[in-house]
Amino acid sequence: MAEASYPDDLLYHSEHDWARVDGDTATFGITWYAQDALGEVVFFEAPKLGAQIVKDESYTEVESVKAVSDVIAPLSGEIIEVNTALGDQPETINEDPYGEGWLIKVKLADPSEAESLMDAAAYQATLA
Amino acid sequence: MFSSSETDLRRTPLHARHAAAGARLVPFAGWLMPVQYTGIREEHLAVRTGAGIFDVSHMGQVETRGPDAQAFLQHLLSNDLRRLPEGGAQYSVMCNEDGGVLDDLFTYRLAECHYLTVTNAGNHERDFAWMITQAESFDVDVIDRLADFAMLAVQGPLARDLVSRLTDGALPRRMRCCQRDLARVPMLVGGTGYTGEDGVELMLEPERAPEVWDAIVAAGAVPAGLGARDTLRLEVCFHLYGNDLSESRGPIEAGLGWCCKEQTGFIGSEAIAGVRAAGPEERLEPFVIEGPGIARAGNPVIGGGEVSSGTFSPSLERGIGMAYLPVLRAPPGTRIEIDVRGTPRTAVVEKKPLYRKGN
Repeated sequence: MAEASYPDDLLYHSEHDWARVDGDTATFGITWYAQDALGEVVFFEAPKLGAQIVKDESYTEVESVKAVSDVIAPLSGEIIEVNTALGDQPETINEDPYGEGWLIKVKLADPSEAESLMDAAAYQATLA
Repeated sequence: MFSSSETDLRRTPLHARHAAAGARLVPFAGWLMPVQYTGIREEHLAVRTGAGIFDVSHMGQVETRGPDAQAFLQHLLSNDLRRLPEGGAQYSVMCNEDGGVLDDLFTYRLAECHYLTVTNAGNHERDFAWMITQAESFDVDVIDRLADFAMLAVQGPLARDLVSRLTDGALPRRMRCCQRDLARVPMLVGGTGYTGEDGVELMLEPERAPEVWDAIVAAGAVPAGLGARDTLRLEVCFHLYGNDLSESRGPIEAGLGWCCKEQTGFIGSEAIAGVRAAGPEERLEPFVIEGPGIARAGNPVIGGGEVSSGTFSPSLERGIGMAYLPVLRAPPGTRIEIDVRGTPRTAVVEKKPLYRKGN
């Protein structure tokens, strides 16, 4: 997607990740800024179902032609779903970073962790 | 994560063009250079199927002229300068006494006693200082011309057609060069490149570079950045100094023995002849990753060896690269395991080049 966007219904982590929290589960992905900085994503290493991930720590990698980048967990929890479609079409992360380009779904270990994340306006302020 | 300082970086005469085109600009060897405009893959495929234009003005030039010009360059450069005719271009390496590679370079012979040698941006100052030091016993003038030239590369199967429509005469064949006016701007045109495609490289007055760029883009060439330049060159296994070449390794292990003519007695030739005779302990060979994953420079090869360049190949849609491998494990067809940040990835050693027309 060509134009920068930061949906208001998401929470943002300073390492350019987003979380869509729904009760005690959440969907994670990378932000428009991250996919734009990375360039065309050509490889997404799907993490394992059931893996425990920790807020602020890397849980997988995305690679563009030029670079590899860690993906940081915005919240802690257990991976309950992985976007396996990205294996064949990793460029979906560029085309639709907040929709079809989601990375994983997580059962949150502590939903109150979300209080530390930023809203869209605060996140965009960090990019200025 | 993605920040970079833009202070103290040199800008090419085409900086405003890149900025206006929305290029992503990154520091490279002390320069602020466009890594991509619309996307590496798109630019890469444009060069493979049509024509792309690269700003490579960060590359340096050293002019050598005088009665001893040929003898002087023969003392420094690995190839046989007697085989470089007037109006020709020749690839060579420049080595230290130990046979370590200081740079890989194209030299254009402009006239009988007049040469222009193109340096890599990151090596230019060292190269020039080395050349000046070595020039003392020769009757030559060695002149730093980096600031006097912009350099453009127009590459791709349609590049020559496109450029020739703007030029006042025939373009030089491959590995030749000549003076031409292009879009009414005088320049040196070389039938050289770094993409594995046909095309030309242009060296001209920096002040005239924007109008030439505009004319070539208007004629249909797609602006392509350093990102595509890297994927294109790696698909055809051209070396990148700093990755695949360094002072700590020699040209024989790098697979550049073909441009080393030790009988000419250039600096480093004795060491290189020794390695050639004894056989190197390791060799630079290309590989393709079998499954998913992309190896990167510095990744170790399990059991010995190291990746010197690695990327995703837009043409092959696989991870590709080159690695220094122990000779026993260097033959094409050998399976190797590369430690890609903790994950072993199986790759197969291949023959050069990894990409051929019609693949």
